[in-house]
Formats: sequence, C-alpha cells, structure tokens
Amino acid sequence: MELETLHKKLVAVAKASPPSDAVPYAFEKRIMARLSAQTVVDVWALYGRWLWRAVTPCFSVMTGLAIWVLATMPAEPDSNNLEQALENTILSSDDVAGE
Amino acid sequence: MEPSDAELIAAVRKGDVAQFEPLITRYQPRVFATARRYARREDEVQDIVQEVFIKAFQKLDSYRAEAPFEHWLMRLAVRTCYDFLRSHQRNRETTITELSDPEVDWLERFAAAPAGNEEGSSAARALIDRVLEQLSPEARLVITLLEIEDRSVKEIAELTGWSVPLVKVRAFRARAQMKKILETITREKFL
Repeated sequence: MELETLHKKLVAVAKASPPSDAVPYAFEKRIMARLSAQTVVDVWALYGRWLWRAVTPCFSVMTGLAIWVLATMPAEPDSNNLEQALENTILSSDDVAGE
Repeated sequence: MEPSDAELIAAVRKGDVAQFEPLITRYQPRVFATARRYARREDEVQDIVQEVFIKAFQKLDSYRAEAPFEHWLMRLAVRTCYDFLRSHQRNRETTITELSDPEVDWLERFAAAPAGNEEGSSAARALIDRVLEQLSPEARLVITLLEIEDRSVKEIAELTGWSVPLVKVRAFRARAQMKKILETITREKFL
C-alpha cells in the first residue's frame, strides 16, 4: 500500500471536515459562575497577596532600624575603660559581701 | 456599538468581572473548534474550553496588548489542549481487526485505486481520528497544526512556545510516527 498517498489522503479528509464551532447554550454563564465563585471564596489567595505586599515595607523598616542601631551604638571602649569595667565586675561581689 | 477587546480588558482589570462575559461570548466558538480537534467527548471539550477561559481571566494581567487578544487566547487554548493530550495519553496500537467495516472497506477501496476513492469520507474521517489518537501528544499537535490547519512553522512555534528548530524536528518525527501507525494498521491485510 502507498503509505505516503494514504497519509496525504487522510490529512486531506481531516482538512475538508473541520470541527464544529457550536457552543452549548449559555456556556458563558457557566464560566462566569465559576469565575464569580472563585473570586468570592479565595480568601487565602487574598491573604497571601497581602503578605507578599507586606514584604517590602517590613524589609525596609528592618533595614532602617538596623542602620539606626548601628549608627547610635557607642564607640568601642578603650583599654582603660575595659580594665575599669572588668575590675568593677570582679569586685562587685566583694562590695555586696562587705555590706 | 460594541466595546472593543481593549476596553473590555481594561474594565476587567479594574475589577468589573462582568465585562469578561462579552469576551467569552466573542471567542468561545473558536476555542470550541480548537478543543474539538483534540478531544472527542463533548464533556472533555467543555472542560478544556472552561479551563482556557479561567486561565485567561487569571492571567489577564500578563496580557501586554502587543498582539491581538485573540492570538493570546489561542496560544492559551493550544497549550491547554496540549496539556489535555499529555494527561490523556494512550499508548495503544490499533490493528486492522479493530477497524470498523466501513473503515476496512475504505482502505480496501484505497488499496485498489489510490488515486480515486473519494466516497466514504465519514469512514476516512473515523480512520484519521483513530490514527491521530495513537500519536504522541507532540506529534498530534504538530500534525494538526502543520498539516491539517496549514499553519507555518513560525506560527506553530509562537502558539506552542517551542523553538522553530524544535517544531521542525517534532514535525519530522510526527510524520515518521504517523507512517509507522499506518503501516501497523494496514500490515496484516495489505502488505
């Protein structure tokens, strides 16, 4: 059998009989009902969307606070102050015992 | 005067969901015709069309209006049909014994006179449907778009999202696959 001719003939048959474009009655209403139901019920999607929207402001506030804390932090104590602080800490127990 | 696609889309984007209905009414015949190329049962066709419009509604924000809305919608339709084919893939060979009598008659008439054989187009139609159902999803999509709908390779690339070379490769493989199926169907009786 001539398979190439058969192929062409079958394709020509398919081409000659295009599918129907008939639409069932009120089909668009059915889709609209589905869409309306989706937009009403999907509370979680709305919640998720708000969470995503909150990401940028939250991140900005966090960055701002971090910068502010770093900027207002006291400078590193010098060696004398550190020595004094250590001494105070160690001797604080004696002060408490002496009282 | 009826509102244009752009006006309806702008209204839907602003939150007026009801304005999507005229868009459905306008384009559903084309989407139904496309879906009927890939699904045989009417309930499957309706499911595909419904999915196409729901996706269109959900993705409306991504529509850039660079091409007509119809083109964008048909891309969605073709891709939804492809997804349908992939989820309903059947790997079953048909032999001559499974063909109906009119289909066998048509093949016999074709074998006797390949040039003639214009009668019995419903049998031929059933036969081509049977062959298409046995093709892989990629092959069926390519044969349908390229040979039955006479679209160009570039158009198919745009519709499917595949590259032009990939469409060409898949078209070559699809023709080979179709030839193999025809060979299997006709082997017992005619070869």
